[in-house]
Amino acid sequence: MSEDRKIRILVAKPGLDGHDRGAKVIASAFRDAGFEVIYTGLHQTPEMVVSAAVQEDVDVVAMSVLSGAHMTLFPRVKELLDEAGADHVLLTGGGIIPEEDVLALEARGIGRLFGPGTATTEAIEYVNEWFQARQSA
Amino acid sequence: MTETAPLSPEHESLLAHFREGKPLALARAISIVENERNGFQDLLHTVMAGGPHARRVGFTGPPGAGKSSLVASIATRYRELDEHVGVVAVDPTSPYSGGALLGDRIRMNDIATDPGIFIRSMATRGSLGGLATTTKEVVDLMDAFGFDRVLIETVGVGQTELEITAAADTVVVVLVPESGDAIQAMKAGLMEIADVFVVNKADRPGSARLVKELRQALHLKAGAAMRDIPAHHGVDLGRMTRKERTTDAPPAEVDGWEIPVLTTNALTGEGLEELLETIGRHRDWLVRTGSLESRRRNRAAVRIRDVVDREVRRVAWTSEVSRELLAAGVDQIARGEGTPYSAADRILEALLR
Amino acid sequence: MSTIEEELLERAKLQEAVHDRDREIAELRARLATWEDQYGAVPKRDTLFTTVSGREVRPLYTELDRPDAAAADGDDRLGFPGSYPFTRGPYATMYRTRLWTMRQFAGFATAEETNARYKYLLEHGQTGLSVAFDFPTLMGFDADHARSLGEVGVCGVAISSLADMERLFDGIPLDRVSVSMTINGPAIILFCFYVAAAERQGVDPAVLRGTVQNDILKEYQAQHAWVFPPEPALRCIVDMFEWCSENTPKYNPISISGYHIREAGATAAQELAFTLRNGFEYVERGIARGLDVDAFAPRLSFFFDIHNDFFEEIAKLRAARRIWARGMKEKYGAKDPDSWRLRTHCQTAGVTLTAQQPENNIVRVAYQAMAAALGGTQSLHTNSMDETLSLPTEKAVRIALRTQQVLAYESGVPNTIDPLAGSYFVEHLTDELERDALGLFEEIDAMGGVVPGIEQGWFQQEIAASAMRQQREVEAGDRPVVGVNHFLEGSEKLEIDTLKIDPAIERRQVEKMAAMRSSRDDESVQRVLAALTEACRTEENVVPRILDCARAYCTLYEIRAAMEEVFGAYKEPVFF
Repeated sequence: MSEDRKIRILVAKPGLDGHDRGAKVIASAFRDAGFEVIYTGLHQTPEMVVSAAVQEDVDVVAMSVLSGAHMTLFPRVKELLDEAGADHVLLTGGGIIPEEDVLALEARGIGRLFGPGTATTEAIEYVNEWFQARQSA
Repeated sequence: MTETAPLSPEHESLLAHFREGKPLALARAISIVENERNGFQDLLHTVMAGGPHARRVGFTGPPGAGKSSLVASIATRYRELDEHVGVVAVDPTSPYSGGALLGDRIRMNDIATDPGIFIRSMATRGSLGGLATTTKEVVDLMDAFGFDRVLIETVGVGQTELEITAAADTVVVVLVPESGDAIQAMKAGLMEIADVFVVNKADRPGSARLVKELRQALHLKAGAAMRDIPAHHGVDLGRMTRKERTTDAPPAEVDGWEIPVLTTNALTGEGLEELLETIGRHRDWLVRTGSLESRRRNRAAVRIRDVVDREVRRVAWTSEVSRELLAAGVDQIARGEGTPYSAADRILEALLR
Repeated sequence: MSTIEEELLERAKLQEAVHDRDREIAELRARLATWEDQYGAVPKRDTLFTTVSGREVRPLYTELDRPDAAAADGDDRLGFPGSYPFTRGPYATMYRTRLWTMRQFAGFATAEETNARYKYLLEHGQTGLSVAFDFPTLMGFDADHARSLGEVGVCGVAISSLADMERLFDGIPLDRVSVSMTINGPAIILFCFYVAAAERQGVDPAVLRGTVQNDILKEYQAQHAWVFPPEPALRCIVDMFEWCSENTPKYNPISISGYHIREAGATAAQELAFTLRNGFEYVERGIARGLDVDAFAPRLSFFFDIHNDFFEEIAKLRAARRIWARGMKEKYGAKDPDSWRLRTHCQTAGVTLTAQQPENNIVRVAYQAMAAALGGTQSLHTNSMDETLSLPTEKAVRIALRTQQVLAYESGVPNTIDPLAGSYFVEHLTDELERDALGLFEEIDAMGGVVPGIEQGWFQQEIAASAMRQQREVEAGDRPVVGVNHFLEGSEKLEIDTLKIDPAIERRQVEKMAAMRSSRDDESVQRVLAALTEACRTEENVVPRILDCARAYCTLYEIRAAMEEVFGAYKEPVFF
């Protein structure tokens, strides 16, 4: 089934780190690309992120993690999403994440993770392609 | 659609979860309605059979008035009273990209994980009256899901947001001193839609003056409204104002609702109790005077029209015949042999036949 | 001669001088026009000729661009190093007496591990310490708080009580090393841990040297590590001004920081204006308390970012000193030249580092460091090349420090004070930045000041808009970034070691806290916390109360909670 509808994406900033420049830039870029972006604000717990993802029925959760806590935060959010029955949601994101951690997280069912210097267009293209693939599946 | 079509198996299973009170099912149902996906009207028809129960309170006012923070504080208080609360917050869709940035949850982080609260953000998607096209239906879904209270927050981009009167029982208009004086509020039509005025951020300079001005303006208006009552019969239901809507009720001088002007500070919690009490009092007044019944009747009328409008439009433009006639009409106009009116006539004839 | 004749003669001389000057200018204009014709006739490279802040720069500056006032009150604009308005430097002899302090920000994992890194840095010639705290500490959470999960010791060191602070400086004499602490929301608490740790070493607080960042306004605007709302937070800062001026006279109770404002996306002019306006806000708050401005203003210090645009950054530091001096003297009536003198720490811009071809970062950092030295900084942190990948490794930190040492000892840059003064371009840029900043001051004042601007989200929106513009320039390829959108060969594989923090550290830290909690005197803990809450309700200075709590081994979060009971917690206002 293919349909033309708005893609909803939750842009979240989990953890205690307050550096939201990247999250805001990515949120604006997704809006400008025609997405409906739900922005959570700073200092989110994994529970807050998942509760927002469920209530907003988003297609994608994008998290920005610069604090080095990615190995805790991504798996925890993924686990809670699955528990909530929202395993269809794509969990992706970006931050300062060493390559071996990226691989480890991808192996646990987390989508692509983008490093510093990624063009916003690359992230948008990735989400669009993922969405098209899911719709036609 | 006749009476209603049976639900698809997918929707049947969704409905089962919905009735079990699963938040994910409500969230999916909202998406189906918001995207007007196949069968969404049948779904609404099925869940709405029980009629309205929830108390619906709308919050409108200019940007920066602190609506989201106020809604979050109010929701918290209702939770303390053990009510289940649904929140719908509307933000604008960008006319350029069609995208939207929905940020109202930021102010609601304190209540974000309370299982007794469900917050949904909606983009206007081109709708202009302060709500999204399907916000009223989303409120119905929340009502059917079993929330005691549904709080609706309009866009607040400054335009007149009269739609809220068709979605809420009680309309709270939120202002701040920076948002202008009472004259501007009158011009924006806020006097007509408000059941309660709130001057938020009451610690700011100018708030006392704004309160005074609003009270004077309301006083003047109340005097004028009495004289005007008879003239308002038979006006367009969808455009009706509060006074007009209560014409079925006993005359205002007997049991009138005097629109209060309250002050709050959503951050410190000042004035919240009084606001809560006033919303409750307004509810009692609605019930006592029969205004609730008449508001619900008016709302039902608006909704029937909305559904008919939408269906007529859908039927009109999905029919093969009308599309052919449209193309033919365009050709005729191009040849100088017709006008939009002659073309429209032919389409309407075909549809009504 | 009669007086009238004398006067006529004087006037004639003056007229002649004016004529001469007019002739000179006309001649200069003519020569400039000739050059402009030549310039116009040749094609230019297809690129943006603007600074990273979007400022247009012209291809050539001449004497015609000299500040109009140069002839009349040139001294007033530039002055001499060490004298008003300090454009040319805060001290008369600058680096001839003492090089800038090479201060590398460091901290990770536990107090013990950071302690070892400090000892290593001191052995390698570093001259001051700088503490980086982990996120839980920055937000006022203990290592064993639920919100700290996964973040303990990851981006800095976890300090949850005096016990951790004692371990952090074990074997490091606090009467001899100056220590800078980067903390803001709970700064007053960590400062008290530090003073108490010094006491435990037998060090008199009066000899303590160092700085605590303690700049809450820029947290609301850009960095977002806050605890209390603005008004109580500002009260705590003024409490510190007051207490420090009496008890730790050599210690800087604040470092007014543009760094994070810039890193969040601000332009150079915004960084300059917001930082200085924040500084003036603190001054106003101190004066409103009834403090003598000259009693606390000399201890106010600054912290700026040094970004890529070499000349703009130099001009920014020069303009900052001039604006501060003028404001302090003329607006706030400070009489002590030390109150006029802006002293600053600088750090190279973390945001300019790239994950692609990370070795290139060494070169970026070197140019930025040179701009900081030419701008006359008092201390400098140079970033490590691997910071976009993880916390820096020892090797990367050493190269960053060596970069400063090459600059200081080999390049000749420190030999002459303010060597770019008189450059048409640099003086013009300095004036322009000053003018831009004064314009932004007016906008801020029109909103009612800094706090209303924060509440309305104005600063946040201005910064975000500027960040968005820069992102678009980079993505469109208009703003070349070597290794990112230009010259990509060699970007594929990252071949540098990264430092990893062992997840077991969090568990160990939590265990240590449990042991500490069980060994202390609960009764006195409760008593001093209650006394602190009470003090928060009154106008009493809270520093002595927090010191009591620190000495009783109350934890960071306990102290925070005792204050929050009265002060409330800050909630993020508007965004985008």
